[in-house]
Amino acid sequence: MGEVNFFIQAIIYLTSAIIMVPIANRLGLGSVLGYLVAGIVIGPFVFGFVGTEGKDLLHFAEFGVVMMLFAIGLELELNLLWRLKFWLLGLGGLQLVLTTVFVFLFSIGFQFSWKSSIALGFILSLSSTAIVLQTLKEKGLMKSISGQASFSILLFQDMAVIPILAIFPMLSEGDVITNDHGHSLVDHLPGYQKTLVVLFVVIGIILIGRYILSPIFRLIAKSGSREIFTGASLLLVIAISVLMTSVGVSAALGTFLAGVVLASSEFRHELESNIEPFKGLLLGLFFLSVGASMELPVVFQHPMKIVGIVVGIIFLKALVLLLLGFLFKLPLDQNLYMALALSQVGEFSFVLFGYSEGLGIFDKDTIVILVACVALSMAFTPILLLLYEKTIFEALQSKAPKKQTNQTLEKEENPVIICGFGRFGNMVGRFLRSNGIGITILDYDADRVEMLGRFGFKVFFGDATRIELLESAGLEHAKVLIAALDHPEKQHELIRNVKHHYPNLQIVARAGDREEAYDLKEMGLSFIYRETRETAVKLGGDVLKLLGTRSYAAERAKNLFLAHDDETFHELFDLRKDRVQYISLAKQRNSELERLMFVDLGKEDELDLDSWSEMERM
Amino acid sequence: MPKILIQLFHPFLEKSKANQMLLDSIPISDHITLRDLYEIYPNFTIDVKLEQKILLEHDVILFQHPFYWYSCPPLMKQWFDFVLEDGWAYGKNGNSLNGKKWIQTITTGGSEMAYKEDGFHKHRIEDFLLPFRRTAELCKMDYQPPFLVQGTFQLKEGDFQKESLRYRNFILSFLEAKHG
Repeated sequence: MGEVNFFIQAIIYLTSAIIMVPIANRLGLGSVLGYLVAGIVIGPFVFGFVGTEGKDLLHFAEFGVVMMLFAIGLELELNLLWRLKFWLLGLGGLQLVLTTVFVFLFSIGFQFSWKSSIALGFILSLSSTAIVLQTLKEKGLMKSISGQASFSILLFQDMAVIPILAIFPMLSEGDVITNDHGHSLVDHLPGYQKTLVVLFVVIGIILIGRYILSPIFRLIAKSGSREIFTGASLLLVIAISVLMTSVGVSAALGTFLAGVVLASSEFRHELESNIEPFKGLLLGLFFLSVGASMELPVVFQHPMKIVGIVVGIIFLKALVLLLLGFLFKLPLDQNLYMALALSQVGEFSFVLFGYSEGLGIFDKDTIVILVACVALSMAFTPILLLLYEKTIFEALQSKAPKKQTNQTLEKEENPVIICGFGRFGNMVGRFLRSNGIGITILDYDADRVEMLGRFGFKVFFGDATRIELLESAGLEHAKVLIAALDHPEKQHELIRNVKHHYPNLQIVARAGDREEAYDLKEMGLSFIYRETRETAVKLGGDVLKLLGTRSYAAERAKNLFLAHDDETFHELFDLRKDRVQYISLAKQRNSELERLMFVDLGKEDELDLDSWSEMERM
Repeated sequence: MPKILIQLFHPFLEKSKANQMLLDSIPISDHITLRDLYEIYPNFTIDVKLEQKILLEHDVILFQHPFYWYSCPPLMKQWFDFVLEDGWAYGKNGNSLNGKKWIQTITTGGSEMAYKEDGFHKHRIEDFLLPFRRTAELCKMDYQPPFLVQGTFQLKEGDFQKESLRYRNFILSFLEAKHG
């Protein structure tokens, strides 16, 4: 492969990804599917831009998976694991075991050998971390019960991948078709010595990670050049993979271990953010090559079979999750959400299919069909969730009052209700409370609610967008509602609800930036506060003072600026749809402001004092 | 040796040559405290307790301010309204300022000629200052005639030097005066 050829390949891959991934994201299907489709499109069965080298690429791209495991390892903070231990082991463990068992039984029924049935069970029990976490984040559900439950299950699955990788070689049927991973150094050793070497290496990694890596990273960090730190992070991951493969252990396992060891070091976030772009691109490349190496003809020969399998998988997985949700006393609406969210098969299955092909667990055609099924199951997730949200979820929400640590909202009669008690709501609340105003606080972050409770704040857990919750928080007695939710979507929903049911209640609302503020004004609010405006201007005023302006002049400059900014905001509001006019007016207003400032901070001549002395001299 | 407190009230000091000149001519001494109130309270929220504490530590209270609309700048009025409390500065038990000297250093745009019964403003400066005088008397303070710098718009460089020296000597005269 010449250099030019390599670049052309890169152009093809990157272009297809750049086109397909945003489309998939826009459709709400997630980027994993975007990569897959892009791979199919450039693959030998559609456009044929890339041929059979998809396979070689797959090996290279598997390194993305190695990095992903490193990142997962880094995430595993002990105290997080400890906090979630009950759900992690209970929900996560049971989900994996039950799903594996059911799949095993089914595939035995379909004439699979028991070994490949076990393998299939493991593969299908995994869900897609990438898709689910992204969805939860986008919908702002990370902190909800379903979010926490989903997170626990995914975390357990991620950890389970390591033993699964270790078990797979034992499940191979007959001869292993070795991937030419090069010869491992320990091939010629007898079994027990192999094990010893591996143990030795693992212990070595743990010790080195604990006692040597941190000082080295500290030195590198002191040297102050970012790219060297990035280089060191990469070197670490690559070196560990090579070391592990040379003693015949999977690279993924080694880097995962290194990640866990480094999770408690101070460089955790730094490492994470350094690896992130490589990980993302390589994983993307990995999914691309999975798509490119998919044997489409095989898929088209068995359409019904595939659809059947996909429906079966989703149904089975969701059922297991639903059952466990009941067992763990999740509210029905949250339980259903979790069950649907985790009903697809995860991206890691592609890795395991590739791995098992090398081990000869499945034959090629089976793998092609299964990969297609997995991809389809992923594609269904967002669609299912959308349907669920629009229909059942709404209905359930209004019926089932959300219970959280069986806290009931007693009737409150405070004049002020604050929705959202993050950075912003918290400041407002403290200010009002210090002036003796009674406030009722609603927040959707269980940890925060508990923490504030310890500080003597009366905070209620709940989704402020639900009108009945607001009503039990005493909405009809309130005079002012402070809308301070971080999430623009939620914020809009809250305001719409309250305006609809209680048109006479004053709403004061926080906005993130100018665009958000425009949206709120559009909804008919007149009390809108951009979060950073006053703070930024205050800082600016202090800078004026540091540069020698007198306090009172700085004070006037700040007030003048803010007043002008308000006016501009209202003027530009009408024009915001018309970009050209908007920009020209904005420019005009800016130069006006500049003039005003000059006049205010300028020389004496604008105070028409001379006319005084003229008059006095008469 | 008496202690002098100079309370400067000027919203546009950066534009007033006369007041800058006066400030520059104040002698440096442990017995003279100069405070720039518009710099300390740009948003008009006065720390009353602090102001009262500082007043107690001095014997001569000198207010330096421009003459705006026959009176003082707004922060100075605000300062009177908040700091000179009933029961502290005047009224029952309000004896905190007993016997302290009250002086005003005033810059006016108009000349001496303008502030006469037959001049442009139809009254003398002293007449306009009646509210301040009554305030001082009510607080049982010792009201002194003001130090005036007039016709500031027409002052030349030489005049500035002269006025500057005059102010310096004026302040020193209070330092040397017997307290009480």
